[in-house]
Amino acid sequence: MKLLTHNLLSSHVRGVGPRGFPLRLQATEVRINPVEFNPEFVARMIPKVEWAALLEAADTLHLVEVPQGPIQDYEHDENFLRKMHHVLLEVDVVEGTLQCPESGRLFPISRGIPNMLLNDEETES
Amino acid sequence: MVVWEMAYKTADESREAYSTLNGKEIVDDLGQKIILYLSFVEKAQWKRLDPPVLPPGLTVIEEMISFDDEKRLLESINWTEDTDNENFQKSLKHRRVKHFGYEFCYENNNVDRDKPLPGGLPDICDSILEKWLKEGYIKYKPDQLTINQYEPGQGIPPHIDTHSAFEDEIVSLSLGSEVVMDFKHPGGVVVPVMLPRRSLLVMAGESRYLWTHGITPRKFDTVQASVGHKSGIITSDIGDLTLNKRGIRTSFTFRKVRKMPCNCSYPSVCDSQRKETRPSFPETDKEALQLEQEYVHRVYEEIAGHFSSTRHTPWPHIVKFLKALPSGSIVADIGCGNGKYLGVNKDLYMVGCDRSQNLVDICRERQFHALVCDALAVPVRSGSCDACISVAVIHHFATAERRVVALQELVRLLRSGGKALIYVWAMEQEYNKQKSKYLRGNRIGQEEKEEINSDTSLRGLQMTDVGNQDLASSSVSPVNDFQEGRCNSKKVTNSELPIHTNRTSFHSQDVLVPWHLKGNPCKDKPVEPIGPVGSHDPSPVFHRYYHVFCEGELEAACQTLGNVSILQSYYDQGNWCVILQKV
Repeated sequence: MKLLTHNLLSSHVRGVGPRGFPLRLQATEVRINPVEFNPEFVARMIPKVEWAALLEAADTLHLVEVPQGPIQDYEHDENFLRKMHHVLLEVDVVEGTLQCPESGRLFPISRGIPNMLLNDEETES
Repeated sequence: MVVWEMAYKTADESREAYSTLNGKEIVDDLGQKIILYLSFVEKAQWKRLDPPVLPPGLTVIEEMISFDDEKRLLESINWTEDTDNENFQKSLKHRRVKHFGYEFCYENNNVDRDKPLPGGLPDICDSILEKWLKEGYIKYKPDQLTINQYEPGQGIPPHIDTHSAFEDEIVSLSLGSEVVMDFKHPGGVVVPVMLPRRSLLVMAGESRYLWTHGITPRKFDTVQASVGHKSGIITSDIGDLTLNKRGIRTSFTFRKVRKMPCNCSYPSVCDSQRKETRPSFPETDKEALQLEQEYVHRVYEEIAGHFSSTRHTPWPHIVKFLKALPSGSIVADIGCGNGKYLGVNKDLYMVGCDRSQNLVDICRERQFHALVCDALAVPVRSGSCDACISVAVIHHFATAERRVVALQELVRLLRSGGKALIYVWAMEQEYNKQKSKYLRGNRIGQEEKEEINSDTSLRGLQMTDVGNQDLASSSVSPVNDFQEGRCNSKKVTNSELPIHTNRTSFHSQDVLVPWHLKGNPCKDKPVEPIGPVGSHDPSPVFHRYYHVFCEGELEAACQTLGNVSILQSYYDQGNWCVILQKV
């Protein structure tokens, strides 16, 4: 699971609503998968990123050199975009867990795949 | 790689074997080089089991026929006749098969009693059968014969011959070569039995009704060293085992077609006594959920591998939608299956979701981002997606309310201005006088037909211009009771769901669609297929629940959402499709 995907995920446990974001990340295995750098693509991701969630996740993974927020004229700052490219697209959580910040419900990440299935009681409306 | 276990009595013997054999290169009969690698354990525990016994009712009679009769029987088979000929020959994937008396139909694992094959059993068998009858080896005169020919390496999956198809006693003559047949009790006990050349296997009672029998596809059998090719059980006595190379084995299996339903004492595996367990049309949310769990989720988990192998070509209009999205769009594919759309546009960030772990595993193997979740509760924050696609998903929800919730969930993910593309299977498989590819698949040859399944024909469609692709939202009148839509369908309420016949028109909106599984299914959790129990060869059938949509029904459902406008609504090869935009 890439950190950009983590940035999109939110707990869907019944009744949690927007308080289900961001999911707390715990990783036991992280891999760096090189991805071809596309500055335009990364620049388009910047306004979509929820920074607090990204920084929290990057922190739990002890990533260094993570930009603390969008900088001025970032579209043309290759250094910034490369760092963002790395943290959003190349860091891959292979094994670990995601935890709902509101209910504490844990979801496993196994072989890179988050399993977000809830049981019947958790989804019943 | 093949792994063998060996045991030696003393450490010295083990050491000697290790130094002599490790790294040694040998050549097998086919001229292939094999390198032996040895590793060892310090201590091994050997389970002392009770001496195994043959399944009750099973006997193997050695030297049942002479070498001359064996030769005559083998020479009497004409494998070169084609299927137009009176004797039906099929080249199954794993062996050659020929039927006499009645054809055994692998589609339903039964025989058609009203359609005996002309010519009956070969004359040459007659005197042999009379003799066996007189000498008391068999009780009835068989009227059906199946000849199977197995090359070394071929086999037959474990099965019980369908109870309702044949009488109690089933006998099988082994010609040309011996083989080890595995018998398995539902409790788990496996008894490998040597069937010597020219022997007769008689299965009656429990061994015929309750135990499965099968031949593992392999080139060598592990056999008892001390008794050679004599009949009997292969024990796990490690000191007395050796390998026996298989030859070409031809079996003559004689059975008597049953005229009355079976009333054996094994109802759990008896199709005659089995209660019809077809599900009913769901009345409540809970029933709908159970139906989906059993007839959607479990089935996809089970057929994932085969399903994926039939889903390779993306549908052109969905590709067009994805390619038209601005670069850098975040797109969720809710119900992504094997991920065939996740890679069509490299300028998008696509995340796939599917309810089936096995399908998501396939996505991951293909280097796509995907996660396991339910389409009614997608763990993605609201408003985070520029676009969503839902291809062949909504039709698997079993009530109108659940289908609307699934649509709501899609729209929740979209930012305002974001677009969703939705495809569902259509009740109308013929539109503007043109048959869908699904129906047209009916006309293709038998061979090819067997390879494709239900909606697999939807792959690789060249969508024909149906001329009404730009139904503006204004032209769609809201239909309050969209559940039944406007099309002609029998309402199924309080009744069993009908089973759809593949590649025919739909007669009901709520149906079970058969999937004939090919290849290796996951062995751990078999789903009980509906239909005759027993011989699951060659392909078990699974049923998926579908609610096929009538014209106008999908738009009407979308209009109940309120915060969307319908940009486009069209028909694409047997599917109703909508592109909507969040306001």
